[in-house]
Amino acid sequence: MQALLTESFLVSLLFGAVTAGLPLLLAGLGEQISEKAGVLNIGLEGMMLVGAYTGFVATYHTGSFWLGFLAGGAGGMSAALIVLLLCIRRGLNQIVIGISITLGAEGLTSLLHFVQFSRSYPRLAAAPVVVLPALGDIPILGKGLFSHSPLVYLTVILVATLTWVFRSTYFGLSLEAAGNTPAALDAAGVDVVRTRSCAVMCTGFLAGLGGAYMANVGAGIFVPFITSGAGVIGIVLAMLARGRPLMVMIGAALFGASLAMTTALQVAGIDIPTDVVQMLPFAVVMAVLVLFGRHSMLPPALGTPYVRGER
Amino acid sequence: MTDGSTFAGFQATLLRVLVPVALALIVGGLILLVLGKDPVGYYGYVLERSLLRWGGAQETLTRMAPLLLIAAGLIVAFRAGIWNLGGDGQFLLAAVASAALAPVFIGILPRGLTLVACMLVGSLVGALWSVIPAVLKARYGVNEIITTLMMSFLGTSLANVLIKLVLRDPDTTVPQTRSLPVDDRLPRLFGTTIHGGLVLAVLTVIVVHLMMTRTAFGLKLQVLGANRAAAVHAGFRVERLILAAFALSAALIGLAGAVEVLGVWGTVRADWNPALGLLVVPLVFLARFNGFAVIGFTLFFSALMVGGESAARRVGVPQHYVLVLVALLLLFLGIVEYLDQSRRKSGTP
Amino acid sequence: MSIVAALSKVTKRYPGTVALDAVSLEFRAGEVHVLLGENGAGKSTLVSLLAGMQQPDEGAILVGGQTVRIDSPRRSMDLGIGAVFQRVLLVPSLTVIENLMLGGSWLRRLAREPALRRFGELAQLLGTHIDPDAPVSGLSLGEQQQVEIMRALWRDEKLLLLDEPTSMLTSHGVADLGRSMRRLRDQGVALILITHKLLEAFEFGDRISVLRLGCVAGEIAPQRLQAMSEAQRTETIIRMMFGIGVGGEGGPADGHEAELAILLGHKIHGPAIIDRARPPVLSVREASTAADYTETPLHEVSFDLWPGEVLGIAGVDGNGQKHLAEMLAGQRGVRSGLLRLGDADITHGHVPERRQRGVRYVTDDRLGEGTVGKFPVATNLVLKEVGASPWWRHGFTNWDLIHRHAREQIKSNDIRTPSELTPVNHLSGGNVQKVLLARELDAHAAVAILNKPTYGLDLHNQRLALDRIGAAAARGVALIVISTDLDELIEISDRIGVMFQGRLAGIVDNDDRAADIIRRLMTGAATV
Repeated sequence: MQALLTESFLVSLLFGAVTAGLPLLLAGLGEQISEKAGVLNIGLEGMMLVGAYTGFVATYHTGSFWLGFLAGGAGGMSAALIVLLLCIRRGLNQIVIGISITLGAEGLTSLLHFVQFSRSYPRLAAAPVVVLPALGDIPILGKGLFSHSPLVYLTVILVATLTWVFRSTYFGLSLEAAGNTPAALDAAGVDVVRTRSCAVMCTGFLAGLGGAYMANVGAGIFVPFITSGAGVIGIVLAMLARGRPLMVMIGAALFGASLAMTTALQVAGIDIPTDVVQMLPFAVVMAVLVLFGRHSMLPPALGTPYVRGER
Repeated sequence: MTDGSTFAGFQATLLRVLVPVALALIVGGLILLVLGKDPVGYYGYVLERSLLRWGGAQETLTRMAPLLLIAAGLIVAFRAGIWNLGGDGQFLLAAVASAALAPVFIGILPRGLTLVACMLVGSLVGALWSVIPAVLKARYGVNEIITTLMMSFLGTSLANVLIKLVLRDPDTTVPQTRSLPVDDRLPRLFGTTIHGGLVLAVLTVIVVHLMMTRTAFGLKLQVLGANRAAAVHAGFRVERLILAAFALSAALIGLAGAVEVLGVWGTVRADWNPALGLLVVPLVFLARFNGFAVIGFTLFFSALMVGGESAARRVGVPQHYVLVLVALLLLFLGIVEYLDQSRRKSGTP
Repeated sequence: MSIVAALSKVTKRYPGTVALDAVSLEFRAGEVHVLLGENGAGKSTLVSLLAGMQQPDEGAILVGGQTVRIDSPRRSMDLGIGAVFQRVLLVPSLTVIENLMLGGSWLRRLAREPALRRFGELAQLLGTHIDPDAPVSGLSLGEQQQVEIMRALWRDEKLLLLDEPTSMLTSHGVADLGRSMRRLRDQGVALILITHKLLEAFEFGDRISVLRLGCVAGEIAPQRLQAMSEAQRTETIIRMMFGIGVGGEGGPADGHEAELAILLGHKIHGPAIIDRARPPVLSVREASTAADYTETPLHEVSFDLWPGEVLGIAGVDGNGQKHLAEMLAGQRGVRSGLLRLGDADITHGHVPERRQRGVRYVTDDRLGEGTVGKFPVATNLVLKEVGASPWWRHGFTNWDLIHRHAREQIKSNDIRTPSELTPVNHLSGGNVQKVLLARELDAHAAVAILNKPTYGLDLHNQRLALDRIGAAAARGVALIVISTDLDELIEISDRIGVMFQGRLAGIVDNDDRAADIIRRLMTGAATV
């Protein structure tokens, strides 16, 4: 047990938790915006994957991590555009289109990667790190939590911003109405399709950003299927958080920690199958649902297309 | 619901299916062209390898068995309005359970009984893994998409843990369960490499289709799927129906896992996950929950997979390209359906 | 008075029908213009054109003398047109003031102070007292409607459309609405009130236009309206609504006597003679139900019901009527108390068991729970018999038999549908109700509960529904008819019970004094 309390173990655990949790947080926040507006983005995984690919390629060619993040966001948005056109404008089934986006993204990114790099997997240079003044000097916590890519700090600011946006802006009200009673939003003179379109594009951007971070900062490399279920966890987080960004962050931290635990344990030389640790957060969430599970609080209009004048 | 079985209706349905398939192949071909590959050569190679050559055709048919059983399970769930997206966990745990028990049973039971018992156990394990999402949905209305997805993650991890810690065959280097000897696996059909699971799977899909369209239970599930309040109003035991639909769906997916182990592999390796659970979803939608159409689409997809794998080695197009085709197919199906609807709405004949 | 908006020869077609056929109308400031008409007369289409939900195929809409194109609800608002729809269109999870603030520029921070000021002005104008920070889900329907009117007038709109605003309101709520409308009229707002209730038209309207089959069948200007007696108005309007020529022209008013009769306030069915010495068919003793979120639960409700009797249940909506209906049907569990049907204790029986014993339930939520909209008429006709013979044998479906049965029912109940395979949500509201009545008032019915059987139907179909209820009672079926329309209950019931806060506040014989007692019972002011 001694090994578990060493500084290096704790630092790698904290650092890993942030690194693994950030893509989940970004994707979860994105999904939350869509869900609030009544759109279920099952294709979140696909958006992340496209973002991971475009982000990686951009950074690989330019060397700039910021351009990589931007390209990742743009990649995610391009996948979101399909949801926008087919589900929001045309009212096709969101779950089916979502699954096809994920499958398509898996196929297309692997294909493109193969065409470009064949079977080699080039690695990026280490991503720049900003050590926060003062906070960065705290033992263990400083290296674990406050020495990260600037995107990490921006995302934390984003959590606070989104909380404010949801509660105190006209856009927040519109999102809530679009997911709850879209006809009421329409009657108030706000275009439901436009509201949902904006929400979905935000989702695409954040998911793509998360994917780019995952490939460029987390792994430093792109491999096919790199997101391996992160998008699905993002959906789970958004659904469980019931519209509160802070809850997404807490959930992402929990899942991030469990993902980091597996590597940290290896660092500490403890031999438990990684699967055991990976099961933990899911087991906890399921247990919470079983013990306290009551009526889930999802927007009533979630997943249903809005057609003016139809009931 | 309706059998709309006039010839014109059938023709229209066929068109609504064939047009998206053709469009997907064309756009997929354009993608290949952009990437500097020869689409005609690729498609030709896939076709030849998967269907025209006897070996490939056998492989294609063998691959269909688990796909069909999963599709049968999804038809039950989707028609009842239940989004069982946790197929991977149900499939893998059932596979592990039957793989673990088969070598034990074969020592004490005759081969036939062993196979039947293992398939039953697989179904049971699959069904058990759906109980928590089912109860949460029936009792508290907790969205089954998240619960099944989480149970799926849990199930795949648990399967690995079981293989690595409990069921590991001490004689192998890679962690895997004890192997069922080839001779004790599902019988082959008429001297081919196709195992009997295919017959079972085809029959199951047809039985499920008839159950959904021609029995009271099927109609109750459909009412539940279309309008839960109407099911309550009509006096159906809605909670029981949800549990039953979930259990049946997961049991069929579990059976798929058992059949795949008993028919093909004889063992489960750690970290093996064919991830068919979500892959079959598009096929079931393409087939509009129709059992007979599912058989056709499964054949198509199975051929693409088998041909695509050979092509990956020979033509240099990664097999993941098949996923792009499936995604395109779904997109075009959606678009064609939409166009068709708006054409009918606008009143032109 | 100035013309705020006008329609000039507006035509709107849907596949197969002409909803509006060269309609011209003018709406003046400071006037309540009532549009009367049956369902399908084109009223709703007219609303959706002015509210920007749809565009006319031909003709022009003029606002302030200018031809305009109203291609979105937003545009409609910009032109100074506010609309209140039949269905409440507010977000229940938001507060009153948040609902009113919807529609502000997205990138701005919520401006609460100005919104509250505007809210205060409008509250004063309408004469309402609503807490701006109350969640909408906690408001009564009447209060929600007041909020909707505020939203419709938020930007000082000069034309207010009210689409059947009274259909969901209590008499109290209707009175409030009337007061608000008069205040607005006196402020110079042009109001369009759409209704099919004549009394409301007379009470609130300055000018009445009658629509029939997409055309303006006639208009009564203010001076003429004031000069007419109520009987004259009724006579004139009914003739316009049903296309009956004045003074007997165009043939006798065959088939419309019923409408005329009910509109002129005659009773059609006299109270039947019920032999209360015989044992009742249904006995309810101190039945209570468990509370849930939305509906008022029942508290110790007791009554008896005899064969052939019609028991009306009056009361303001939401006082436990839904629980009463669902408990009797077996759809909702009995927490305590006793239910007897004839000699049998059915307290714990569920829907199938009770249905087998002859209990029937016609729900008010016809497409929400009564039918499966996308399933064919045939399937919906046997929806409550799934698994039962003769349609099912050993669980297997006999579709031929079901379809044949459906064809017979469609014929004998005059259900207007292209075929028995047509999805039921393609049918009009009146025909959906015919499907439900055919299913529930069948030959084996002993006790039938009907929840708001005429709600949302036009006069013709209301009449048909009431006739079927009367016919069933004559056959010896015991009926419980729940309605918020007291006049209707007085017309058809033998006795009338009143629900108040989950209790049966009393049951009175339907005689001349009934209406007064019932009104008092409905407010909880008296007990019997």
